[in-house]
Amino acid sequence: MLGKGETVVEHEYTRKRVNGKELMFRITLAFLCAFIFLLVAYPLYFIVIASFSDSTLVSTGKVMFIPKNISFFGYQEIFKDMRIWTGYRNTLFYTVFGTLINMLFTLPAAYVLSRKEFRARRIIMLIFVITMFFNGGLIPTYLLMKGLGLTNTIWVFILPFSVNVFYLIIARTFFENSLPQELHEAAVMDGCSHFTFFFKVALPLSKALVSVIGLYYLVGHWNDFFTALIYIRDTKLQPLQIVLRDILLSNQVFSSGAGTGGDAGGYAQRYADQIKYGVIIVSTLPILLIYPFMQKYFEKGVMIGSIKG
Amino acid sequence: MESRKRRNTFRRDYQLWIMIFPAIIVILLFNYIPMYGIQLAFRDYDFSQGLTGGEWRGFAYFQQFIDSYLFTDLMRNTFLISLATIVLGFPAPILLALILNQIRRKRMKQLMQTTVYLPHFISIIVLVGMLNVLLSSETGVVGHFMKALGLGHINLLASTSTFIPVYVLSDIWQHCGWNSIIYLAALSTVDPQLYDAAKIDGASRWQTIRYVDIPALIPTIIILFILSMGNILGTGFEKIFLMQNPLNLPVSEVIATYVYKIGIISNQFSLASAIGLFNTLINFVFLYAMNTISKRMSETSLF
Repeated sequence: MLGKGETVVEHEYTRKRVNGKELMFRITLAFLCAFIFLLVAYPLYFIVIASFSDSTLVSTGKVMFIPKNISFFGYQEIFKDMRIWTGYRNTLFYTVFGTLINMLFTLPAAYVLSRKEFRARRIIMLIFVITMFFNGGLIPTYLLMKGLGLTNTIWVFILPFSVNVFYLIIARTFFENSLPQELHEAAVMDGCSHFTFFFKVALPLSKALVSVIGLYYLVGHWNDFFTALIYIRDTKLQPLQIVLRDILLSNQVFSSGAGTGGDAGGYAQRYADQIKYGVIIVSTLPILLIYPFMQKYFEKGVMIGSIKG
Repeated sequence: MESRKRRNTFRRDYQLWIMIFPAIIVILLFNYIPMYGIQLAFRDYDFSQGLTGGEWRGFAYFQQFIDSYLFTDLMRNTFLISLATIVLGFPAPILLALILNQIRRKRMKQLMQTTVYLPHFISIIVLVGMLNVLLSSETGVVGHFMKALGLGHINLLASTSTFIPVYVLSDIWQHCGWNSIIYLAALSTVDPQLYDAAKIDGASRWQTIRYVDIPALIPTIIILFILSMGNILGTGFEKIFLMQNPLNLPVSEVIATYVYKIGIISNQFSLASAIGLFNTLINFVFLYAMNTISKRMSETSLF
């Protein structure tokens, strides 16, 4: 009897020992995950709560985890600021129009390069791929834009570099793998031209791809700041990112002055900060709103790209 | 005969040519003409003669750059920032992918992925703006945390000793999650039988990571490492430019920002082109060297 009891205990002991190791692993994993989650999420969360909490409490460190004395002062100022809305309108236009041109130039080209019967495909592909490793650099490109009269026009946001070779390769690989040769042959039998095949068959079968590439381009346009910095002087054409720089960063001098200065400086700085928190939210909101719906496509894009990469 | 055949394929494929035509034009115009314009690095810039009409100067502008008093500072800063980015930033997404890959609960994993990918979509301006408001020693939340921990007043954004850590750590914060996707993709292709075999052999989860997951990642790691070495002097322009201020300039002036300043701001086009080309060449040498080493040692290579 005793022996029987002992074996049970021993049995449980061994099982527990295995579990102990596994348990250690799980605790470590949970701890690590929680740490990473907080590290990434907390700054974002803080900016959200700081944007509508009382600015004095925020700047003195009283607001850490929960919003206090809710005030929409920052947002009120932002809604009154015409610079932001002009920037928003410009960026929206460049993004929509630019992405359209991107897609119109990239997808058909990718389709063409996926057709095995297209004899020039190797040489054209080579010409395209070389540009991923070599480029003329900033200055020759700048002088070219100037020579073409693209500086200080909306076209500089839309036409140059409208074909991203990396995305083109992703699209080409996708077309190669997802459009069986027989499908095209059958379509040709029915008298289908390349145009009709592309628009009526290839594109509808590639919705995931179109979303991925479209979103990559879209986010690129939305966040683009370099183009405007280099090529645009006209304030009426400035995109949102440049306006953001004026608000968020060019106040740097003022900011350090306020830090060392007296009460008046500190007072102004508190309000400036609340506007900054709000501006960060307002400018990033469109991207954040589409993000959850598109996350699976983003991932898919990287996966498609990594096949060839 | 041959020419007729060629004409026939052209007639057959003319729609394909129409579809690829815009892409070819855009690439030739905006990528190849600037490449042709690289010779500006060896010429004077003559406004009336256009991009390539100035007098030939050979390596004079390269010499001018190498002799300038800023040369060592620029090289050191560029190299240090890149090195720190690679040393700290390269392993981070690998570790993150290994951790995420261990999460068994699907919704939990989804939540973690959604969260860690998110910062990738924040624009550089907004990121630097966030650094400015969060790290401010007077009013920022990090400043308050540091005060609470008794670390005192350090202006993280305007000090020569904290510029590189802030730059690199915020870079990891922003892109580590996104960069882990490619490793997660590689891990998802591991044959499940390997895990079963490891389990039967009594391997713990640590051992499974060590002997199954990490070996599965090695080819991807090598390729991405070669690529990142090819960018050893390729520090991004935008973030450094936006993080610069007079106080951190001794460590934050890099080749890319210097090219912008002397080229676009003060119109010394030839000198700026020469510096840009110098930078590209060094990157290429590193890429080539790493590729050769890797080819010898592991038979994995880019080209």
